[in-house]
Amino acid sequence: MAVQDAGHIDDQAKVAFFNDPKVRSWIYQILLVVFLGWLIWSIKTNVSENLEAQSIATGWGFLSTTAGFAIIQKLAFYNEASSYGRALWIGFLNTLMMAFVGVIFATILGFIVGIARLSSNWIIARIATVYIEVIRNIPLLLQIFFWYFAALRALPGKRDKISLFDTFHLNITGFKMPAPVFGPGSWIVGVALILAIAGIVYLRRWAKQRQMEKGEQFPVFRASLGIFIIVLLIAYFLAGMPISLEYPEFVTDGAIFKQGFTLGVGANLTPEFIALFLALVIYTAAFIGEIVRAGIMAVAKGQSEAAHALGLSNGFTLRLVIIPQAMRVIIPPLISQYLNLTKNSSLAVAIAYPDLVAVGGTVLNQTGQAIEIVALWMVIYLAISIVISLIMNWYNNSIALVGR
Amino acid sequence: MAIYNKSEVAFVRDQMVGESPAPLSEVGIVGWAKKNLFSSIGSTILTLIGFYLAYLAITTVFNFAFTEAIWTGVDGNACKPPVAGEGACWPYIVAYLEQFIYGRYTISERWRVDVVYLIGAIGIAWLIYEGSPKRGLASILMLTAFPIVSLILLTGGNFDYSSTFIITCLVLAAVILGLAFVIPTLTKSNPIPTVISVASILGVIAFVLFLVSIDFGLPQVETSLWGGLLVTLVIAVVGIVVSLPFGIVLALGRQSNMPIIRIICIVFIEFWRGVPLITVLFMASVMLPLFMPKGVHVDNLLRAMIGVAFFASAYMAEVVRGGLQALPKGQYEGAQALGLNYWKMMGLIILPQALKLVIPAIVSTFIGLFKDTTLVSIVGLFDLLGQVQSSFSDAKWSSPVTSLTGYLFLAIVFWVFCFAMSRYSIYMEKKLDTGH
Repeated sequence: MAVQDAGHIDDQAKVAFFNDPKVRSWIYQILLVVFLGWLIWSIKTNVSENLEAQSIATGWGFLSTTAGFAIIQKLAFYNEASSYGRALWIGFLNTLMMAFVGVIFATILGFIVGIARLSSNWIIARIATVYIEVIRNIPLLLQIFFWYFAALRALPGKRDKISLFDTFHLNITGFKMPAPVFGPGSWIVGVALILAIAGIVYLRRWAKQRQMEKGEQFPVFRASLGIFIIVLLIAYFLAGMPISLEYPEFVTDGAIFKQGFTLGVGANLTPEFIALFLALVIYTAAFIGEIVRAGIMAVAKGQSEAAHALGLSNGFTLRLVIIPQAMRVIIPPLISQYLNLTKNSSLAVAIAYPDLVAVGGTVLNQTGQAIEIVALWMVIYLAISIVISLIMNWYNNSIALVGR
Repeated sequence: MAIYNKSEVAFVRDQMVGESPAPLSEVGIVGWAKKNLFSSIGSTILTLIGFYLAYLAITTVFNFAFTEAIWTGVDGNACKPPVAGEGACWPYIVAYLEQFIYGRYTISERWRVDVVYLIGAIGIAWLIYEGSPKRGLASILMLTAFPIVSLILLTGGNFDYSSTFIITCLVLAAVILGLAFVIPTLTKSNPIPTVISVASILGVIAFVLFLVSIDFGLPQVETSLWGGLLVTLVIAVVGIVVSLPFGIVLALGRQSNMPIIRIICIVFIEFWRGVPLITVLFMASVMLPLFMPKGVHVDNLLRAMIGVAFFASAYMAEVVRGGLQALPKGQYEGAQALGLNYWKMMGLIILPQALKLVIPAIVSTFIGLFKDTTLVSIVGLFDLLGQVQSSFSDAKWSSPVTSLTGYLFLAIVFWVFCFAMSRYSIYMEKKLDTGH
């Protein structure tokens, strides 16, 4: 039977060359590639024609040209004489800082809101629900505008302030606080900091291993705190107290234009930073709260009942039983919230917080290098997205349930 | 264990005592409060803090919006400190309401916008109300006739086509028709049905192009005059209507077993998802004109719509992919075993189930898209947010509370739209949950 049929099938396969699904699929794909190639080619010719007509030279040469504009918040050296490339680098650092600080605070607030929503306390659960439902349904840009144009404008004026402990001050020019000044020998404290962290990591591993082997617990947190403080203090005094605090300087007399906070003394968070930070954190925390709630609800009720039956307190149940299991559900959507926060930080351009997009927009307006700037934006944001996804996926894999 | 003789025991209960009512402290409001508000010291502290915060928030908002608010006035002076200045300035909203709804749309032609709003509202009500008849017809009308009618009403129709455009279209149509004839002939099947279906699609496109070129006697209204809620809704609806089919195609492409198509779809999706919308809008507004041949002008509003539609399609594709992946493999195999080809399998078996699974996620994508339309104000379009923001510079209504009032108004409008959509999605989720 097999021999006879084989010949028959062979005959049939030869019949329609074009009806072979494989051949067909390749034809479709080649057609698509040809079409896309034509599209890209025609865009390319159009672009070069249009640029020629506007007499704009393409290329990255503009990056080394003097920028000539000031940036209100810089994490590295920059002045008007610096290049466009330098300006974009400052913008990139500002984006990273906003993303980093925003992610940390949004996570903390989000977890608080998510847990509060499940609280057995009626009013706390209600407040968390209202917070989530209100904040989630109002556009982020509107919230940024609200904080920047309405809330922060209502602060005391330039020559006035609200103070806390006479150390932290708030007025319309921003949030002032003491800035650390690193004198010579500060590196010793830096080294001590690294040593202390290494020591704590080692201590934690040792304590965990001991608990695994002997079942004896070790007060890791208190010991870590002790190590941290003692090592840093010893290093600080050994190095001769190299780090000091520089307090903001508030002038109340003299020429009127000199009154208020002296520029460049102490640290200052600009109103742009505060507005964007508040809006991003509050907005993202509402989404994280929902994710956390869903994650915790996904843990079977028996788990918390069993933990209570073992005599664990509410706090321990949450920390040792519920959260570790909920994390597996929480992490993947949390990753996309972190990515969203990073991408949303680009709304900075609306209130002129000098992030990558805002600085890039200024450069674009001054030089007309639209293609280069847009390409730069996209490449950098794609790179940030990929890095965040990789880190979070690595973390996700490290806590994933390992099957036996 | 001792054995008791009945006579030796003073009293043996042989009847159960009836249940006494629960203590007053455990039932009713008191019991509820004890359980939900004051169950422990920590909980009590939290309750007090919570009530205080809630009190603060509610009184602040209520005072601003009502008790301290100014309800009548002819200009900003009514809302300034000597008279007021602590509450909302509602007459400003009333004075600007028309502009917030229509932008600078020609005043004598605003009825056209109203007609579009009305048709849209009726159509949506028809679609979402379950008891209404012929909902299939409604969805077809809303996806075909409504966009065309809206386009004609809003712009005024009477489009002019350049001769190059007409020639290009004719050549393209001829090429496509030729392909539709040649490919089936080469594969030795009957070319007539393919040619007919392709020709009817081309015919519909030609008919639409013809319709919008008819002069209905409506004066033209430039899109640069559009603004306010109109722009917000137009961008959102276009984004939604384009992103759904486009997203489905991209999701299918991503799941396809043709390597090149799969790679192209993955790159497309991941690219748009990896970059912020604002850079996409910048790209659309500064780079799109460079992409076009000389002399082709792309309208500002159209640029933003293209950017938003691409962006939303990529997100929609991922949502649809979630649904496709959630279906058990047996569904695919079953469809193939019945001898269905790819498009029939997808259209009749897979997509109806997959889309049903992800309706809540689709609606949240729509909500996100609706909120994201506010970003077009950054690239110089006057959507609702941009329109309100621009009204703050009017000296006539300047007062310390103008901006807060404007933001409160915006927050209420956006919140109502988004909250309604999210409630509808929750309702659908419950309804479609067949509970396996």
